[in-house]
Amino acid sequence: MSDTTIYTARKIITMNRNRPIASHVAVRDGRILGVGDLEELATWGEYKLDETFADKILMPGLVEGHAHTMEGTLWRYVYCGYFDRADPDGKMWEGARTIDAILDRLKLAEVEMTDPDAPLSGWSLDPIYMDNKRVTRADLDSVSQTRPIGVLHASGHILNVNTKALELGGLMKTGLNHPGIPLGADGYPTGELYGPETMTPVGVHVGFNRSLTDSDAQGLRDFGKLCVRTGVTTITDLAARLEPDGVESMLSVTGEDTYPARVVPLQMFMGATAKETVDKVVALKKRATDRLRLGRIKAVADGSIQGFSARMRWPGYHNGAPNGLWYTAPEQLAQLYRLALAAGIQVHTHTNGDEATEMVLDTLGPALTDVPSPDHRFTLQHCQLADAAQFRRMKNLGMCVNLFANHHFYWGDEHYRLTVGPERALRMNACRTALDTGVPMAIHSDAPVTPLGPFFTAWCAVNRITASGRVQGESEKIAVEEALYAITIGAAYTLHMDDEVGSIEVGKKADFAILEDDPTEIGGPNLKDVRVWGTVSGGRVFCAADL
Amino acid sequence: MVNHLLRHADGVRLAVLVNEFGELAIDEDLIEAEDDTLISIAGGCVCCSFGSDLTGALLEMAKMHPRPDHLLIESSGVAIPGAIAGSVSLLDGFHVDGVVILADAETLRDSAQDKYMGDTVLRQISDANIIILNKTDLVAADALAETSAWLAAQNPNVRIIETQHGNVVPEAVLDSFLVKAAASGPHHHTANMEMMTLTPDQRVDVDDLARHLADENLGLIRAKGFATSLSGQKMLIQVVGSRWATSEAAQDKADGIVCLGFKGQMSKVALP
Repeated sequence: MSDTTIYTARKIITMNRNRPIASHVAVRDGRILGVGDLEELATWGEYKLDETFADKILMPGLVEGHAHTMEGTLWRYVYCGYFDRADPDGKMWEGARTIDAILDRLKLAEVEMTDPDAPLSGWSLDPIYMDNKRVTRADLDSVSQTRPIGVLHASGHILNVNTKALELGGLMKTGLNHPGIPLGADGYPTGELYGPETMTPVGVHVGFNRSLTDSDAQGLRDFGKLCVRTGVTTITDLAARLEPDGVESMLSVTGEDTYPARVVPLQMFMGATAKETVDKVVALKKRATDRLRLGRIKAVADGSIQGFSARMRWPGYHNGAPNGLWYTAPEQLAQLYRLALAAGIQVHTHTNGDEATEMVLDTLGPALTDVPSPDHRFTLQHCQLADAAQFRRMKNLGMCVNLFANHHFYWGDEHYRLTVGPERALRMNACRTALDTGVPMAIHSDAPVTPLGPFFTAWCAVNRITASGRVQGESEKIAVEEALYAITIGAAYTLHMDDEVGSIEVGKKADFAILEDDPTEIGGPNLKDVRVWGTVSGGRVFCAADL
Repeated sequence: MVNHLLRHADGVRLAVLVNEFGELAIDEDLIEAEDDTLISIAGGCVCCSFGSDLTGALLEMAKMHPRPDHLLIESSGVAIPGAIAGSVSLLDGFHVDGVVILADAETLRDSAQDKYMGDTVLRQISDANIIILNKTDLVAADALAETSAWLAAQNPNVRIIETQHGNVVPEAVLDSFLVKAAASGPHHHTANMEMMTLTPDQRVDVDDLARHLADENLGLIRAKGFATSLSGQKMLIQVVGSRWATSEAAQDKADGIVCLGFKGQMSKVALP
């Protein structure tokens, strides 16, 4: 018979109503044999008692339902964000709060580089927090005039570059006439490039090419470290290209004995027909392993609200900007939904604007009539602007939603002031409405867009505080217990994995978040400050301090 | 339509870029070799799927030996063609010839009214230099006339070409075909179109000439050729509908501009 380990804990929060709180959990073969007190668990026979967690709080391993493994790769570049953020090795990078601070940080990195021609890359710039003061090509030239430099914005949709990079990309010239390339008084580009079509020709020279979204082996390992540090044991890679080499690499890395998380990559629906995509994912699903859950699709309906590329219903953008763009035509989405439903493949769809959400609801309805699928759990991702009526339709169609709680903190003030105006800003990421309507709900970080950290995400949903400190949308707040549910079972449900992870109960995977603080005691205003010791994944213990 | 163009390439190295191969069926007899993203076609043509990375695919095309003479980018149904044209024009070594829209005469008006796609369709129409109004055989004459008039109202600068079964005259779609046809004569039926060559016998204000050829009263579909500027520089003139461009050319080019227009309208075409 296999060995049984019984862990003693200060407290185990199970998220299982039959035994909500316990003191011990027994693990056998990487699964939970039982949860209760020692006397109850001892009835299973011989065991080894492990006191490692005697003074810790245990929760189900946290589930992040919308992130990108690219975050692991980006940490090899210079962090230029405004907010403090921890890297995979646990180093806390202080936020760079002025352009000078960003330039100083880049200069420090530059002097350490040995290859004089190698590009210098930074990430997570966001001028919104610096009175919208823009970084210019001259600023970056002060770091180096001889090596190409590129700094990607937090949104991922804008790139700042220096003169050398513009030269290499063939854009250091006058006479350019493109909405994505602002020009300076001298007629040359200022160095800010908006949108993939202007970023790509220069991006390839500064370390940002398309394959960046496929995390490489080291990136995926670093991503795993971030998971341990944040208590996450199941995580999505929500827009994967899943090219043959990438799949092999992911299978190999997640298959390593020391890989600490279950990774759920969703095949991006882009650049291939619905049929090709579904066929590919049906084949990939057969290759899924315990730690690489292949077999799901992500579609993108529209763009982003702060980029004014989200599709909005009347009255449109508050500042009068024209309506955004469709990224996938309704007709293509209709085809995808039918084929995926028929093949039993789940589809998650990105919508930001409320017109995009409406379109998905209008499209999935008829598809479900043609291909009835009682437990499809098709999920709306972000779904930031949905109103109460749309949540009622989601409920009726059997959809799930994964709301972008972090966004509310980082860009809520912008939405209030500029993009959607005061009234609609209050209802953004409407967690309370989702729960009251009975729509299964998760909340997410969209890392690397905002930092990975489910307790921070839960804090956002509970407090709805924006970066400027205002409470925005009092009526959409949720309780701590509801937020903890959302980052465990709630998110697991949207991935059809709630039978395996998301709660501590017999038969499930031995996936735990090991905490120093009790999230149910620390209080809603402090929820983001819950300290994470590490995780247990499939019975294997990972201590953040030892990574 | 893609097959039709490839079949008539005849020496023009045409590269067709499509979002995905998907339903696109290149006629078997045209294919020389194929892999996941590239189909090689007899006569030096290629067909390439760019997936989600058009710019990347264009940069790859620029590295091909020999380089394609002309790229035809088939964008997706939700794309804004003007934005694509703007992006292409950023890349060194590329010149945007024009935006051609293939519209379904039977369903166009409904598409323009669609709850979700209507505004996108209108933006596509307003970005077009040439609209190929296809499937005219499925529409009654008065309805067709009404649709054409509606299109012209949406975009007064556009040239509308009516076709059936996608059998558009290649010279109307790509100016490379136009020049070739002028040299050797068209190898196919040019339907209701006519070609003529204007040859300036002296130096001209090249921009004035190009602007004149693009004037909607003249109604030319395309024009391409060379003229000598007032300062003696040889210049290339390219006109697509009402879009025109001039650029410096090699001095050894002979003056002469090939013009393609509708039959019955060509009598007006003359040097300014």
